[in-house]
Amino acid sequence: MLSQIRRFFEERGVLEVETPSLCHTVGTDPHLSFFSTRLNKPGGRPGGTFYLQTSPEFAMKRLLAAGSGPIYQICKAFRNEESGRFHNPEFTILEWYRPGFGLDRLMNEIEALLRVLLAGTPHDGKGQRLSYREAFIDHAGIDPLVASIDDFAHCAQTHGLGDARSLCGEVASDWLDFLFTHLVQPDLGCSGPCFLFDFPACQASLALIRPGLPAVAERVEVFLRGIELANGFHELTDPCEQEQRFEQEQQERARTGRPVPAKDSCFLGALRAGLPDSSGVAVGLDRLLMLMTGADHIDDVLAFPVGRA
Amino acid sequence: MASYSTNEFKGGLKVMLDGDPCSIIENEFVKPGKGQAFSRVKFRNLKTGRVIERTFKSGESIEAADVVECDMQYLYNDGEFWHFMAPDTFEQYSADQAAVGDAAKWLKDQAVCTVTLWNNQPLSVTPANFVELRITETDPGVRGDTSGGGGKPATLETGAVVRVPLFIQTDEIIKVDTRTGEYVSRVKE
Repeated sequence: MLSQIRRFFEERGVLEVETPSLCHTVGTDPHLSFFSTRLNKPGGRPGGTFYLQTSPEFAMKRLLAAGSGPIYQICKAFRNEESGRFHNPEFTILEWYRPGFGLDRLMNEIEALLRVLLAGTPHDGKGQRLSYREAFIDHAGIDPLVASIDDFAHCAQTHGLGDARSLCGEVASDWLDFLFTHLVQPDLGCSGPCFLFDFPACQASLALIRPGLPAVAERVEVFLRGIELANGFHELTDPCEQEQRFEQEQQERARTGRPVPAKDSCFLGALRAGLPDSSGVAVGLDRLLMLMTGADHIDDVLAFPVGRA
Repeated sequence: MASYSTNEFKGGLKVMLDGDPCSIIENEFVKPGKGQAFSRVKFRNLKTGRVIERTFKSGESIEAADVVECDMQYLYNDGEFWHFMAPDTFEQYSADQAAVGDAAKWLKDQAVCTVTLWNNQPLSVTPANFVELRITETDPGVRGDTSGGGGKPATLETGAVVRVPLFIQTDEIIKVDTRTGEYVSRVKE
């Protein structure tokens, strides 16, 4: 798998890069839990808190802003409190960025890579493209872009998911995640990859928001056999908006009692210097390997899963 | 009372759900890359046998159920209750129709079975996977027929009715799989 990926990008002139796993700050995603440690300088002088990266995206965008051109990386990422059939706290990400690409061209490239890697498996069918809205209406019978909290609750109730109210409260994004993971996701990508695009604006993360009624985020996720395999953005390049999103996420983390890391000032500095218009995507390689080999549990594709690491 | 957090959930764990004791069948960690973490859990209600699916926020806790499984000896039925004895403590327990359920038709005096206790009261009774029981009534057999094709009903000493091959006779002892209710073999005395 790794050599096929490297050949794919070499043929396309995309440069392989490396960025640090250990950084002075970390993403502010409200739902991620990270590993932190203390850096000591020679002689034991304290050098501050450092974090294991939950994703290489900020560092890679700093390279883009510095004029790297198209780049890819295969690296480890670390997310605390995540273990299960599809999660290991230390996992492998393939992430790449394409200056000048919109989401359509990026989806074409993801599909081309998956075609190479999944050839000969039961999942090498043609890719399907579906907007988040269409998928939600098809599988949950509700329009995710205009529905109210009461509509979400009613939808959950009619599908026998009565416990949703206590889990999601008044947070629209949590309702969307709940209904999506229960009702929509399991059916996505039965025979080949399913590309889901145009996410609700409240789930933009680091994607550009395309104005409109309603506005949507230029974000894509790829599903295969109901498994979330990749997440990509037409990247947000506006430093002011990025700073606002950081602050919102920090507030959300504070509200839910999670530790609040500092905004990544190096990353914001790179955006101010100018990030070229780009699209980028992260692929979970452990899950991809599960699909390539027919493994049922992530532990089956790891030499030493966390319990034996 | 003890409680368990979602990260301790695993198959076989006994917990309270809506006031009923349940056994966890499976627990799946669900976490969208950019979203909230959930635990999707399948439970079996130990009173009704029904399977229930629930979702919890990752890290949420629920109360443990005081449920234990014990091997016990079946003693007798007084018409209303079935009486069992724990062989180590000689303590006796009485189980009602709801707890014994279908197991009743496999219970022979002295037989060892598994009794599930909830708060020290019998909740359910599971017979041994294989039991050996005498046939009290079946149509006269056809000697020499060993094909096993077709078969005929036979009533056992506990009242259960199973299909047996044609060559099996009244008063013979047979081995039955209680999970499927099927005849396994003839038992030589």
